[in-house]
Amino acid sequence: MNARPMHFVSPADFRERVSGALQDQALRTSMRGAMEFLQTKRSNQFPDADELEQLRDLGEAIRQHALANLPDLLVQFEASLQALGVQVHWASNADEANAIIYEIAQRGGARSIVKGKSMASEEVELNHYMSERGIDCVESDMGEYIVQLAEEKPSHIVMPALHKTRAEIGALFERHLPGTPYTEDVDTLIQAGRRALRQEFADADIGLSGVNFAAADTGTLWLVENEGNGRLSTTVPDVHIALMGVEKVVAKLEHIVPLASLLTRSATGQSITTYFNLITGPRRAGELDGPREMHVVLLDNGRTQAYADQQLRATLQCIRCGACMNHCPVYERVGGHAYGTTYPGPIGKIISPHLLGLEETADLVTASSLCGACAEVCPVRIPIPSLLVRLRTEANRDPAQQVDQPLRGQGASFSRGERLVWRFWSGAFARPSVYRWFRWLATRMRAFAPSSQLGWTRHRAPLVPARRSLSDLLRERGQAE
Amino acid sequence: MSGMGSRERILGALRTSAPAPAPDSRELEARINKHHARGTLRAALPKQRADEMERVMTSVRTEVIRSDAASWPALLAAKLGQAGVQRLLLDPVTAEGAALVAALPGGMQAFSFSQPLEAWKNSLFSTVDAGFTLARSGIAATGTLVLAPDAGTPRTVSLVPPLHVALVYASTLHADLHAAMHSERWSAGMPTNLVLVSGPSKTSDIQQTLAYGAHGPAALWVVIVDDGMEAQA
Repeated sequence: MNARPMHFVSPADFRERVSGALQDQALRTSMRGAMEFLQTKRSNQFPDADELEQLRDLGEAIRQHALANLPDLLVQFEASLQALGVQVHWASNADEANAIIYEIAQRGGARSIVKGKSMASEEVELNHYMSERGIDCVESDMGEYIVQLAEEKPSHIVMPALHKTRAEIGALFERHLPGTPYTEDVDTLIQAGRRALRQEFADADIGLSGVNFAAADTGTLWLVENEGNGRLSTTVPDVHIALMGVEKVVAKLEHIVPLASLLTRSATGQSITTYFNLITGPRRAGELDGPREMHVVLLDNGRTQAYADQQLRATLQCIRCGACMNHCPVYERVGGHAYGTTYPGPIGKIISPHLLGLEETADLVTASSLCGACAEVCPVRIPIPSLLVRLRTEANRDPAQQVDQPLRGQGASFSRGERLVWRFWSGAFARPSVYRWFRWLATRMRAFAPSSQLGWTRHRAPLVPARRSLSDLLRERGQAE
Repeated sequence: MSGMGSRERILGALRTSAPAPAPDSRELEARINKHHARGTLRAALPKQRADEMERVMTSVRTEVIRSDAASWPALLAAKLGQAGVQRLLLDPVTAEGAALVAALPGGMQAFSFSQPLEAWKNSLFSTVDAGFTLARSGIAATGTLVLAPDAGTPRTVSLVPPLHVALVYASTLHADLHAAMHSERWSAGMPTNLVLVSGPSKTSDIQQTLAYGAHGPAALWVVIVDDGMEAQA
């Protein structure tokens, strides 16, 4: 495929990209339509509010049980996998994960990797790493394939090409797929994609997939999909590598049943997807297909930082359904690319600071009105708004302050001036005499209110104190302060 | 590789901050069981489950054929003939595979998966019109086939050919996924690959427009064989 690296952007340039995205009428229209579509599909799946709330309680409890026992479960999961003949690898960060996968490829003399959908592989930017070393990675999920052809990154974790119109995809296929005339007919486009990728499955040396859920007791990987590319990637090539975050494991196979139902109903509004692909080890003796070699790569990449803090640990409850972004007024208006992170939207805002550090992501955590829609739809009840507030606090904490579990990039938004203002304000608020004096001064000196008030006046009229304070007005009416 | 050091580092970091282990999950499982016990199909008769299976599968463009043990082979063979199927992959060792082979029209070639995939990968991808599998069971609530591929019917039979035909006995239909997992005791022994199939391959990745035949079979036919329902009910 393309040897050039994709166009990577930095989450630190979030503010600039937001302005651009908000002016992009085509993007606004397509995002609006997509969000309404996904919201309706989801709500149709939950006609019974009691059932939904009970299932959410259950989902939360299952994920919390798994996280509470995570180190032991990972050890158990590893043992289950090894008993099945799966090789288990541990990666502290993106570089290690890539190096592990590259070494597996090198050892087997592999030249090509066909990929089922994997956000973890996006997170470590596997394709980029491999192509620099002469190994082709071909995305086989239709959405991922489109995004790869366009040399972009996914704008949504479930629907990677959500931002693209059929006209854009028609032009893209005409340009890249030989013998494909321009069309906007979706069936024709999907058939063209199918034809283009068919041989890739047969030819690839390695199939790489993500993992939706993993069971520690049986060593089963539970993959959820509609297209069949995940099954092909994990069945046809001789080697299967699964890349997963360490938080994905649960204690028992039976714990996955409610989670899988929550996932498909919340994500795409389906009672179940076309395929639930449950993989328990590589090809066994006597079997005629399936990979003969299987690897599981367990990825940390900042997850242990989230885990270390009792409040922030809830971030890891996530089952990656994308419902939070589908219901987020900010995501709907700016689209997934504006964030510049692998995971956009509300979940992206609370997980990315752990993956990339607050120095890169401090602006992201402010991009929320804290309206709470995300928490209301989250199938595992992650309290996203309160986690955002917490991350804002950490971003504004004095970098020099010693705390128990410091976050990477603590104090990225810290400003001494701002701290001084807040100190003065809270001091004045706590002392009635000072507060009265300040009030008197502010109302009398209102003509001197500055016309430029930092960020506030960039989009709004300057704030000017009222002529008289509320207390003064009340006193005039004969009501005591 | 850095693998071993990372293992200790990751587990160490998790253990430092993990709460006291509370592995007992019996209460959790009791809650899961209680939640699913309310499922609307739990008390349904096998016929009602088969009806629901048909309704849900049909809604995702699956062709459902209701038949009985004596008539399904001829019915299915005729339908395969009409669809122009010439090369059909199946396991003739099973009773169902043998029955279907016996009913196939002349000129249609049935053959078995007799060598490892890598020996005939390209031919499987390009020359097989349909694959026939016997489902271990079904799940009525979501219109789902439970496939447990084995040496006779490997995983790719239900995956690579453009048409997948599955046979499921009505008596094996479970109310829901939870019921299937428990009554079949999945945790006691998982096959290498257990696949739940709920319709033909599809995608909505282009402007949320549903299209069938993404990478897996573009068409799925399901034969529900009504077997001894009265006895079960």
